Amino acid sequence: MLKLALSIIVRDLRLSMRHGSATTMVMGFFVMVVIMFPFAIGPEQKILARISVGVIWVAALLSCLLSLDRMFQTDYEDGSLDQFILSPVPLELVVMAKCIAHWLTTSLPLIIITPILGIMMNLPESGFLPLILTMLLGTPALSFIGGIGASVTVTLRRGGILLSLLILPLYIPVLIFGSLAVKAVIGGYPAMEHLMLLSGFSLFSAAIAPWAAAAAIRAGLE
Amino acid sequence: MHKFANPARFMRLSKIFLPWFMGLTILLFASGLYYAFFLAPEDYQMGNTYRIIYIHVPAAYMAQFGYGIIAVASAVGFIWKHPLADQAARATAPLGAGFTALALLTGSLWGKPMWGTYWIWDARLTSMLILFFIYLGYMAVWETIEDQVKAAKIAAIVALVGIINVVIIKFSVDWWNTLHQPATLMRLDGPTIGGDMLTALLLMIGAFNMFFITTLIWRIQSLILRRRVRALRMQLGGGQG
Repeated sequence: MLKLALSIIVRDLRLSMRHGSATTMVMGFFVMVVIMFPFAIGPEQKILARISVGVIWVAALLSCLLSLDRMFQTDYEDGSLDQFILSPVPLELVVMAKCIAHWLTTSLPLIIITPILGIMMNLPESGFLPLILTMLLGTPALSFIGGIGASVTVTLRRGGILLSLLILPLYIPVLIFGSLAVKAVIGGYPAMEHLMLLSGFSLFSAAIAPWAAAAAIRAGLE
Repeated sequence: MHKFANPARFMRLSKIFLPWFMGLTILLFASGLYYAFFLAPEDYQMGNTYRIIYIHVPAAYMAQFGYGIIAVASAVGFIWKHPLADQAARATAPLGAGFTALALLTGSLWGKPMWGTYWIWDARLTSMLILFFIYLGYMAVWETIEDQVKAAKIAAIVALVGIINVVIIKFSVDWWNTLHQPATLMRLDGPTIGGDMLTALLLMIGAFNMFFITTLIWRIQSLILRRRVRALRMQLGGGQG
């Protein structure tokens, strides 16, 4: 059973590798969103340092959102999704595998280029490691909750906007705890409770998302 | 036919109850407004401006109450496939969203004399705003999916995921708010309220509650009737209407 789930992850990774454009485009979008802020706010180093954490988090959130509607879409179009429903693997496990694959192909590349953006946004040095750590802990929640949104909108033609409207409010806790933890470390305060709440939220969303998303896919494809 | 049995009973019962509910709503509103405007004393700090809480507090309460109804109705509809519950959840959404908007509006109007600005990122106002967007998302699901049976199921999932997250979001916004600005803002639930003020507030909450229930019944009735009209049209048009 787990072997099959693993093979779904491998398949998705291979697919995204072969048409690599999606991942690189999301990364490009991420960088572009962050770069917009100095133009809008002004290049003062102090102000940039102050907003850097928040801007990078919001940009990561938006980039993640951008890639969500493709999560089940291609499988729906070529019929693989029907095959997943018919296959002996529980659909919940399939969803879990898809979410993990989404995290590996979207969030992980974003986290890898985050240090460069941190330098550009004049992020204080003590903030780099905490920012990477919070993103590692928090972005799984984005993929899992996003999986619920993607499954709700998979059969819809105008799904993209509905997806953003549904999902963005649910991302607020990640944003709050993620940026609070980094700011706490920069300011010299203990950040442990923020980190624990952040990982708690990620684990919690990993626990509910497969059930909700699988139910939504079954309802949508009926 | 079995599926229509319950909505039919609902239609029969609601026709009996509705006039009573309407009368009670009017009575509560009349007494509540009389108390709020004439009997409740002026606040020694805020003068007459405080009287907006007789609208603001019940509206904020109904906003949360509304989402609670949606969640319960969605759970019932999703688990037992009860068509009436689906309609109830759907009918509640615009009402809840309306009350949320009213709470936001009165909150910001009240904020002007209190805080000197129409908007402050106060924990309550912020969670209300997010709740409003969650309502909009829920309503958008019903609008976007054409097949009503499918829409009911998916909307129920969205509502149930939403209610869990509403609680988490409320908690995290409170957390975020206390870390960013210490609690210097004025609180409604202070010990200062009492006597005629409390009576007025309770009457207004009762009035809003009855108004909510009355309108909800109306809306469910109209949704059921709309479904029947569509079913009849389908029969007449041989499945094309």
